[in-house]
Amino acid sequence: MSENHTSEKNNRDSARLPFRAGWSYDPAPESAASIKLDKRYQLFINGKFVPPAGKKWFKVWNPATEQVLAEVAKGDETDVDRAVDAARKTYRQVWSQIPGKERGKYLFRIARLLQERAREFAILESMDTGKPIRESRDIDIPLVIAHFFYYAGWADKLDYAFPGVKPRPLGVAGQIIPWNFPLLMAAWKIAPALAAGNTVVIKPASSTPLTLLKLGELFSDAGLPPGTVNILTGPGEMGMALVRHPGVDKIAFTGSTEIGKLIQQNAATTGKKYTLELGGKAANIVFDDAPADQAVEGIVNGIFFNQGHVCCAGSRLLVQEGISGELVRKLKDRLETLIVGDPLDKNTDIGAINSGPQLEKILGFLSESDEQGFRIYQPDCELPEKGHWCPPTLVEGVSQSHRIVQEEIFGPVLTIQTFRTPDEAVALANNTPYGLSGGVWTDKGSKIFKVSSRIRAGVIWANTFNKFDPTSPFGGYKESGMGREGGMHGLSPYLEVSE
Amino acid sequence: MNSKKTGLQPELPPFVPIDQVGVEERAARFRTRSIKAESKVHALRLALQMVDLTTLEGMDTPGKVRQLCHKALYPHGIDPEVPKVAAICVYPNRVRLARQILEGSGIRVASVATSFPSGMGQPNARIDEVRHAVEEGAEEIDMVISRWAFLSGEYRLVQDEIASVKEACGPSHLKVILETGELGTYDNIRRASDIAMDAGADFIKTSTGKVSPAATLPVTVVMLEAIRDFYFKTGRPVGMKPAGGIRDAKTALHYLVAVKETLGGDWLTPDRFRFGASSLANDLIMQLMKQKSGSYQSADYFSMG
Repeated sequence: MSENHTSEKNNRDSARLPFRAGWSYDPAPESAASIKLDKRYQLFINGKFVPPAGKKWFKVWNPATEQVLAEVAKGDETDVDRAVDAARKTYRQVWSQIPGKERGKYLFRIARLLQERAREFAILESMDTGKPIRESRDIDIPLVIAHFFYYAGWADKLDYAFPGVKPRPLGVAGQIIPWNFPLLMAAWKIAPALAAGNTVVIKPASSTPLTLLKLGELFSDAGLPPGTVNILTGPGEMGMALVRHPGVDKIAFTGSTEIGKLIQQNAATTGKKYTLELGGKAANIVFDDAPADQAVEGIVNGIFFNQGHVCCAGSRLLVQEGISGELVRKLKDRLETLIVGDPLDKNTDIGAINSGPQLEKILGFLSESDEQGFRIYQPDCELPEKGHWCPPTLVEGVSQSHRIVQEEIFGPVLTIQTFRTPDEAVALANNTPYGLSGGVWTDKGSKIFKVSSRIRAGVIWANTFNKFDPTSPFGGYKESGMGREGGMHGLSPYLEVSE
Repeated sequence: MNSKKTGLQPELPPFVPIDQVGVEERAARFRTRSIKAESKVHALRLALQMVDLTTLEGMDTPGKVRQLCHKALYPHGIDPEVPKVAAICVYPNRVRLARQILEGSGIRVASVATSFPSGMGQPNARIDEVRHAVEEGAEEIDMVISRWAFLSGEYRLVQDEIASVKEACGPSHLKVILETGELGTYDNIRRASDIAMDAGADFIKTSTGKVSPAATLPVTVVMLEAIRDFYFKTGRPVGMKPAGGIRDAKTALHYLVAVKETLGGDWLTPDRFRFGASSLANDLIMQLMKQKSGSYQSADYFSMG
C-alpha cells in the first residue's frame, strides 16, 4: 500500500499538467498598417533631416521577419562635428537663455504629443526591436511619456532640487543608447538633459534607430528649437568620435561594460563628466518562506521580460535548497504557458531575439552544456521559421564557477543555483563583477531589509522585479556603471553646482 | 494517516503566504489575453456549459423556479446549437420541483444548505438541512463555512464542519463556499481553500453572492493555485466555482484564461469549473449570436431566466 502510494506520488511529480491541451488562443495581431515608414532616414541635425556627409547608408531589419524596414544614414566624424556645432550654437543662443519654465513647456508638449501617438510608437518599437507589443504598449511607451512629464516638472524647480548651490547646465551632452529599450533609453537621457538646460547629440544603436528618428519628427512638431536635440545614426566608430569630441561636455552611455571602459579612459584625460549604465548579472534570491507562486511570476518577469535583453535582468536564480524542487517544478509549469512568437501578436509573451549575432552569442553559452556538464530545460514550444528566436531557457546543475553563471548572456536564459543560509545567498549574489540590481523574495519584512542592505547593487526589488518609475534613481555598483539616472538624482549629472 | 502516526487530531494544512501585489498583477495579465475568432466561439460555448444558473431569494416561488428550469432547458428558444448550462442552484425547498422538471435533461440540481448565506445556524440543524436537500434530490450541495469560526482562529472547527457535511452529502458533490469577501486577506483565502480541500471538498467556491465583493479574478487565481498545489500533493483534482459579480461574457473569458494558464486544459470542463451566475448566461448567448450573425440583437430577443 505505502509502496503504491510512493510510486503514485513519484508519477505525479513527473506528470505534467497539460497546458497546451484543449482550448488555445487564435492569433490576435496588432495591425502595422498605420505605420508609415520612409524608405530612407537621414540625420537629424539643427532641426532638419540632412544627408550624411559620406553619402552612405545601412539597412535596418525587423528581427522577427528578417525584412528590411528602412535604410538609415551612416554618419561619420564630419557629421558629429556638424551636430555638435548645431547643439553648441543652440545652447548658447537659445536653450540656455530661456527660463526653466519655458523649457518645461516644451517637455510637457513632447509628452502630450507622445501620448497622442503612443500606439504608433509602440507598434514601431516592436517591429524594430522584436519585443512583444504587450510590453512596448504597456511598459516602454507609458514609461517614455512618464519620463518626459516627470522631468518637465523639474525644469523650473532646479533651485529647489539643489538649494543654495546655483545649479547651471553643462552645455552639450553626447548620449549613446542601446538596442534593448531604444525609445525608453532615449527618454531617460534626453528628458533630464533638456530639463537641466543642456542641448543634446544622441546616437541610437544601429539596429534600432527608427523610433528615435520618429521622435525627431515629433520634436519638430512640438516646435522644439532647431539644434536642441540632434540625432546621429551610424556605426560604433562614429559613437567614439562623439565621445572624443572636444565640444561635448558630458557623455551619457548605456551599453556594454567593454565600451564603458573605453569611455571612462577617454573621460579621464579630458575632464568630461560622464555617466555609464553597463551590464549586469543580477541574483534573484528566493527564501523558503516566500510566496511561491508570486515568486515564480517575479522570476519569469525578471528574466524573460524583453527576451532577457535587460541589463538589470534577474538572470541568476538563487533558491533556498529546501524548496528548490517545488519551485523549479512550478517554474517549468509556468514556462509551458509562455507564448513565444510574432511580436505584434497581443498574446505574445516572448518576442524575437534582437539580432542574429545576439542569438549566436546566447546559443554559444548554451552549447557549453555537454562539455561543462550542466542541464538545459526548454518548454516544448513552436518557434516561427523566419527570424531569430530562443525559447525561455532554464539552466540547472550549475555552480558559481561556470561561465554561464559569471558572464552576462543578455538573453532569455536563467541559471538556477541553491543556497542554505542568508549569508550564503548574499555571498553568491555579490560574487560577480557586476552590481546593477537584485531581488529578494520572502514573506518576512525584516529579512527583506537585512538581506537587501547587504547586496551591493544599485536597485534591489523585494517581492517583485523589473519595476521602473521616473521618480526612482537607477544605476550600478562596480562594473555595472557610474552615476544614476531617474529621479532627482538623474538631474545632477547634467548640472554644475558651486560648492 | 497523520493521526495514526501521532495519535493526535489530524493536522491542519501548512500556512502558505500570498503576496497581494503579485496576485493582482497576475490577474491583470490574464485580462490582457486577446481572445478572437474561433477561440472566442469555443470559449463562449464552454463558459455557457459551466454556468450554474442561480436563484437564491426569499421570494423564490415555485413559479420563479419553474421559469428558471425552463431557461436551463431552452437557453435560447429551441436553437439546438446553443449548449445547455451545467446546473441550476436553488434553496432546499425548491429542489424537488427542480428535479421533476429537469429529470433526464442532464442538467444537475444544486442546493445551498448549512444555513446559507451566514452559516450561523445550529450545527445539527445545518447538517440536517444538508440531509434534507440530498433526500429531496440535490445532486450538488453548496455549503457555507463558519466565517466567525475561521476569523476567530478556530480552523479545526471549520475543518470538522466541512468533513461532517461531506459525510452527510453521501454521493452528492460538495461545493464549499468560503465567502472570500468576508475573509479579508489573500492569506486567509488560501488557508480556507486548503482546509476545505483537505476536509473533502469536491469544489471550492468563492461567494454566496450576498456579500460584496463576491468573486474577483485575483481571489480566483489564489484558489486555483491552491487547487494546483493540492493536486500535486494528493493527486485529487478539486473543482473551482467563482460566484457572484460575473455578469458579462468578457469577464467570464478572463476566468477561463486564468484556469487554462493555472491548471491546464483538464480543468476546462463543467466537471471541474463552474460559474455561479444568473445574468451571465444571457450575455454569453448574446455574444454567441453576435459571432454567428455579425451584429448584436437587443436584450428583448433573449428570454429571461
